Amino acid sequence: MSFKLVFLSTDILIYLLFFVAVSFAVYSSRFEHLRAPWRQVVHNRLAMTAAFVLSGYLTIALCDSIHFQQYAIDENGQPIHDNKGHPVYNPEVLSLFDLFVTNIRENTESTYSAPLSAQSYSKENIALPDGKQMRDYPKLKFPKKHLFGTDKVGQDVFYRALKGIRTGVVIGTLTTLIMLPFAIMMGIMAGYFKGRVDDIIQYIYTTLSSIPGVLLIASAVLMLQVYMDTHADQFESITVRADTRLLFLCMILGVSSWTGLCRILRGETLKLREMEYVQASQALGVNHFKILRKHIVPNIMHIVLISVVLDFSGLVLAEAVLAYVGVGVDPSMESWGNMINAARLELARDPIVWWNLAAAFVLMFGLVLSANLFADSVRDAFDPRLRTR
Amino acid sequence: MLNYIIRRSLYAIPILLGVNIITFVLFFVVNTPDQMARLHLGMKRVTPEAIEKWKKDHNYHLPRFWNGAESGFEKITQSIFYQKSVGLFVLRFGKSDEGRDITHEIGKRMWPSLAIALPTFLLGILVNITVSMFIAFVRGSYMDISAMVLCVIIMSISGLFYIIGGQFLFGKMLRLVPISGYDSGFSAVKFVILPVVIGVIGGIGGGVRWYRTLFLEEIGKDYIRTARSKGLTETTVLFKHGLKNTLIPILTGVVVIIPLLFMGSLVMEAFFGIPGLGSYTINAINSQDFNIVRAMVFLGSVLYIVGLILTDICYSWVDPRIRFE
Repeated sequence: MSFKLVFLSTDILIYLLFFVAVSFAVYSSRFEHLRAPWRQVVHNRLAMTAAFVLSGYLTIALCDSIHFQQYAIDENGQPIHDNKGHPVYNPEVLSLFDLFVTNIRENTESTYSAPLSAQSYSKENIALPDGKQMRDYPKLKFPKKHLFGTDKVGQDVFYRALKGIRTGVVIGTLTTLIMLPFAIMMGIMAGYFKGRVDDIIQYIYTTLSSIPGVLLIASAVLMLQVYMDTHADQFESITVRADTRLLFLCMILGVSSWTGLCRILRGETLKLREMEYVQASQALGVNHFKILRKHIVPNIMHIVLISVVLDFSGLVLAEAVLAYVGVGVDPSMESWGNMINAARLELARDPIVWWNLAAAFVLMFGLVLSANLFADSVRDAFDPRLRTR
Repeated sequence: MLNYIIRRSLYAIPILLGVNIITFVLFFVVNTPDQMARLHLGMKRVTPEAIEKWKKDHNYHLPRFWNGAESGFEKITQSIFYQKSVGLFVLRFGKSDEGRDITHEIGKRMWPSLAIALPTFLLGILVNITVSMFIAFVRGSYMDISAMVLCVIIMSISGLFYIIGGQFLFGKMLRLVPISGYDSGFSAVKFVILPVVIGVIGGIGGGVRWYRTLFLEEIGKDYIRTARSKGLTETTVLFKHGLKNTLIPILTGVVVIIPLLFMGSLVMEAFFGIPGLGSYTINAINSQDFNIVRAMVFLGSVLYIVGLILTDICYSWVDPRIRFE
């Protein structure tokens, strides 16, 4: 094979999450009471448009999550071999998505250029054929091909924004994956067992929620940096380091946001506990964990679903803010937060460089708006207080 | 009632202790006092004596939790953890690593944070309630639907764009207000306008939607139907009867935020260069100044717990059906 697959931890987790979601969908299609709310969502045209856009983003994110390294090729197009005769791999890690957008990825200019323009941003000294020098805008190598222009080093801004999709989607979904088991377990146990267990869990989540989130995140990221510096051999390339930092960021975001869901689940479990079927099970002598599994958990799943889709857009927006504070994703990883951060200084240039900010804005807005619209209709379908039937 | 408040305040003490421990662990797992000394004295060419002297000056020369060398009770008290945490409970925050008195700094930086946070909060609530009441009045019409669409769109735009766009539009293009900075006294007004306006506009989307849901839930109740059937005008029904009862959930939702206004909004202060408590915390985290971080986290927790207690009191005050034993 002329390529070697690279398995990053976030890739594996994203695909795991995807398979869990698909199997959950297949499982719930067998039960009518689970199909009915989804049917209501499907009949809502606005929600389905939003879902279509959302699935476009998700496909790009999934395609972008298959990483590999190709053979290093010398000038003649032949693979380079090392002294033992094995072919050497190019250290650049590409993804499946990169293959599809090869044309915009490789069409780099030398510096800034406005969207869809044929000339570069600033004037340079150009040598005319008859020896004299002229100061004019040099022609671009790929005129009118850059939809959002190019950035400081000449890379196509549209390409950078598309790569940022994966970062945003990963943060939105992995954080919930990490937060969910924790929040569900703690919330249900606090509501069901009451007494001492309830007190301890309430203590834990009040303490955690009164520490400012920025502090938790900043110290966790710093801890990771120190660990990565002292154990440099475990992290081979900069891609692996950036990926580990992304995973760690998701984990710490999950830890700092489980308290809200836990509180809601505790309230709901307190109510469910008094239901007749739970009391009947207790009278029949069913053991506690079986009651939790069969009666309580399926009845709180709608709250979990609503909160998962509602939090998705909030997390994508939070990533941009964190990048500003300095504890966001690694600067070598493309993300909208990094782009916006860099774009702030560029706005002060004259003539103004607005396309970096515009590209990040358009793509982020598309994802967050469609997520919000879809989440609204999911909440309308699943919330028992708002149900129309 | 007084019993309840005392009981809740006593519950607060283990929480504050826990917060203290977590902050301490988070901070000192990342860097040892040796590294902190090195950071402050300059990275290269520091002699071990200089490090020891710096540590002694700042009370970092003791072991972190447990001092095996001392005897008896001293084992616990002669450690960094005890020395640094016990002063907090009597609100003695001590000096920061540069030597400035933290309490004085907090007192000074509190006002810029408040100058931005309080107007944003009050104005935001006023605007949100007015707009959502109007929308609840015209519910079901095209104005309602288009207002909701507008709200979702406003909510979906990141706050950063409002800040950057606002700074660009009003600061650079129209030159109405300065882009960032702060001044004390009355000239603070021109620095405060832009952050407050941007804060209110950014919060309209989510706020109006949430309050509209509350209003609609209230309007669907029976007593409103009775009031209407009595022949009262729609305005009277909404303002005189509906508004008061909707204010209950609104109030309980916002009272918990009020004490935290002191801490200042991190993002706003960073973007607009306001020397408030939020930027104080961020700078302290970046320069690894433990005293300031510990003081601010402690203050934040105390204010949060005060907010929770205030919410409960408020809840029982406005809703006569709620009583605490």
